[in-house]
Amino acid sequence: MHAVYPLVLGALLFAIGLYGVLARRSAIAVLMAIELLLNAVTLNLVSFGAILRDQYGMGQVFTLFIITIAAAETGLGLAIVLLLYRQRATADLGEQRELAEPVEPFETDELEYDAEAETESDEIEAGAAR
Amino acid sequence: MNTLAFLASLLPAIGAAVTFAGGRDLRHVKFWSTAPVAAAFVLALLVALDHGTGGTSTRTYSLGTAGGFHVEIGTRVSGLAALTAVLVTGVALCVQAYSTSYLGGEPRYASYAALISLFTAAMLTVVYAADLVVLLVGWEIMGICSYFLIGHYWEKPEARGASIKAFLMTKTGDVPFLFGIISLGVQAKSFQVNAVLAAAESDTLHHPAWIASLLLCGVLGKSAQFPLHSWLPDAMAGPTPISALIHAATMVAAGIYLVALLYPVFVLAPDVLVAMAVIAAITMCGAALCALAQTDVKMILAYSTVSQLAYMLGGMAVGARSQAMYLLLVHGAFKALLFLAAGVVIHRVGSNELSAMGGLRFRMPITYGSMTIGLLALAGIPPFSGFFGKEGVLGAAYGASGEFAVPGKIVLIFGLLTAGITAAYSLRLWLSMFHGPFPDAPHEHEARVEAPQTELVPLMLLAIPAAALGLVVLFGSSFSQAIGGWYGEAGSMLGSSAVSLWPSGITTLLSLLFVAGFGGLTFLVWRRDEQADPAVALLGPAHAVLLNGFYFDAMIDRGIVRPARAAARLVAFLDANVLDAYVRGSGVGARGLGTMLRRLQTGSVQFYLTCLFLGVVIMAAVYAYVGTVS
Repeated sequence: MHAVYPLVLGALLFAIGLYGVLARRSAIAVLMAIELLLNAVTLNLVSFGAILRDQYGMGQVFTLFIITIAAAETGLGLAIVLLLYRQRATADLGEQRELAEPVEPFETDELEYDAEAETESDEIEAGAAR
Repeated sequence: MNTLAFLASLLPAIGAAVTFAGGRDLRHVKFWSTAPVAAAFVLALLVALDHGTGGTSTRTYSLGTAGGFHVEIGTRVSGLAALTAVLVTGVALCVQAYSTSYLGGEPRYASYAALISLFTAAMLTVVYAADLVVLLVGWEIMGICSYFLIGHYWEKPEARGASIKAFLMTKTGDVPFLFGIISLGVQAKSFQVNAVLAAAESDTLHHPAWIASLLLCGVLGKSAQFPLHSWLPDAMAGPTPISALIHAATMVAAGIYLVALLYPVFVLAPDVLVAMAVIAAITMCGAALCALAQTDVKMILAYSTVSQLAYMLGGMAVGARSQAMYLLLVHGAFKALLFLAAGVVIHRVGSNELSAMGGLRFRMPITYGSMTIGLLALAGIPPFSGFFGKEGVLGAAYGASGEFAVPGKIVLIFGLLTAGITAAYSLRLWLSMFHGPFPDAPHEHEARVEAPQTELVPLMLLAIPAAALGLVVLFGSSFSQAIGGWYGEAGSMLGSSAVSLWPSGITTLLSLLFVAGFGGLTFLVWRRDEQADPAVALLGPAHAVLLNGFYFDAMIDRGIVRPARAAARLVAFLDANVLDAYVRGSGVGARGLGTMLRRLQTGSVQFYLTCLFLGVVIMAAVYAYVGTVS
């Protein structure tokens, strides 16, 4: 088999996964897209292992690791999504904006010399001298 | 002997430290302020007796090196130093004893007494210094002590102003003085007084005129001479005993003492001597005229001090070092006496103004007697001490020759004139205070209002030297020999240069004529109307000008204070609107950038991930591009 087929497939899978992670609103869909990303990577690992005739099977070993971690990650992710849904009755990622920085209106008049504050402190000093 | 001298300058400092440590506890202040000064007086007397006549004795301990120079702490006892130290400690002792009752009840007496002790210690440091750097330290401590003591009544705005003025004016002179000391030390390759004098005598200094004029600036500030004189009359805002101390023994005497100490340096610069004579002439005449117009007793005495110091400086300018130092010593005695006596009167009358006094001779007989002696000495009536001091300077000015000829003429003319004016204002002060009718106002009772013993004993003690120090002239040239002749203790010229203090004929006649003329005129004017102030009739339209001291303060205000204020306002404006704009701008700019970054923090996880991905892509692209290029 030509090496280009698994690699192209991997790239396609990665692209689909990336689109899913970045663009989909549903948290479940994002989790699934992450699985696609991981699988694209495992596909690449296995194919490169075959192409480069890896004697130690490092590509396959890492693939096994990734499958394990992906299983754990999915379990954790689903739990988070479940909690999210329970608390907010929605799993829409677009509405989770609590961590945004509030943007205050910016005043440029701070650049000017505040004469009033200065005279006040002068008066206090004069009072102390008296 | 050197150990004794060292102890003498250390003891008042210890007294000051103990008094300071006691805080506001007034129980032991009187002992700790008086006893160390008394011990120092005894030690100074012992040193003077031990020293005898002529020669110097130096013992120093190395303090460390400063750059290429060695600073050594130690004492240098010469005839000049020994006699000046006796004057300093004597007057300081009288002032401390007098203050125990004069200011003893005040809550701030402790700090006052401690500062007087410190002042005395600083002056003794100057007098006994073997090293110019050590001398400078004492010189500056005196400056700060005078600042604190003049501002003793800091509740009063004029006292605060006077203390700052005194500090600024003396510092104005001290800055060039510091440069003078440094250049003197650098050129003599040592700061030791002995080495400096030896260098001056062998004429190895490169620019003696520059050094002498720089040193002269410091002397003008300390001794209150013409351009820097106006702090001394203002310093009257302090307590009266302080005036006595500053005017007689410590602060102002230090300037003249320094000229006497480094006299060989000044002799190398004839132009500076002429400048010195001109300044002395302006000061002595102007200050005497101002003294004639003043209505405040202490102001009269202050201007008279300025005038008398100018006499001493004039004496230095004409080569009459011994005569000027003699005048310094007798002036210290009689001026301390005058101030302390005036303080007694002011305390009892409750006012500084001459118009509130009059006819006090029956009510304060002892004060009257001692003040009379002091004023006779000030006016230069023979046989009182001041007469011989003044005659010595005038005689030397008359007989000056060579490089001293030009200063001699200046000093002689103005000195004679000043002698007359001095007699006039002394007589006016005496008549207005003790003679004539009582002013109606505050005192109804005719009884005696004499001061307590602690104030009268110093008066009587000071009256003795004020009256009898003239006896020194009977010993011919021995005083001159003791303080190192006309040239100073520079080694080879010693002994042969001693001069007699005996008054010479023609100038004595002239000055007595001036004294009699001006004094008689004042007396006649006073006799016409005993109520009126004779100065108004004598001075006519000039009275207002002289009462305000030639409007010198107004000129300083126009010429220096206002431009300085305007410059300060300019600096404040630049600071607030230009410099601070950059500082504030950096803060505002950081906040602006922060606001821009905040807009990126939308809270959307997917937006962040997109940015992350784009970042990775860009990095990969850059890496790939760099890889292909190289």
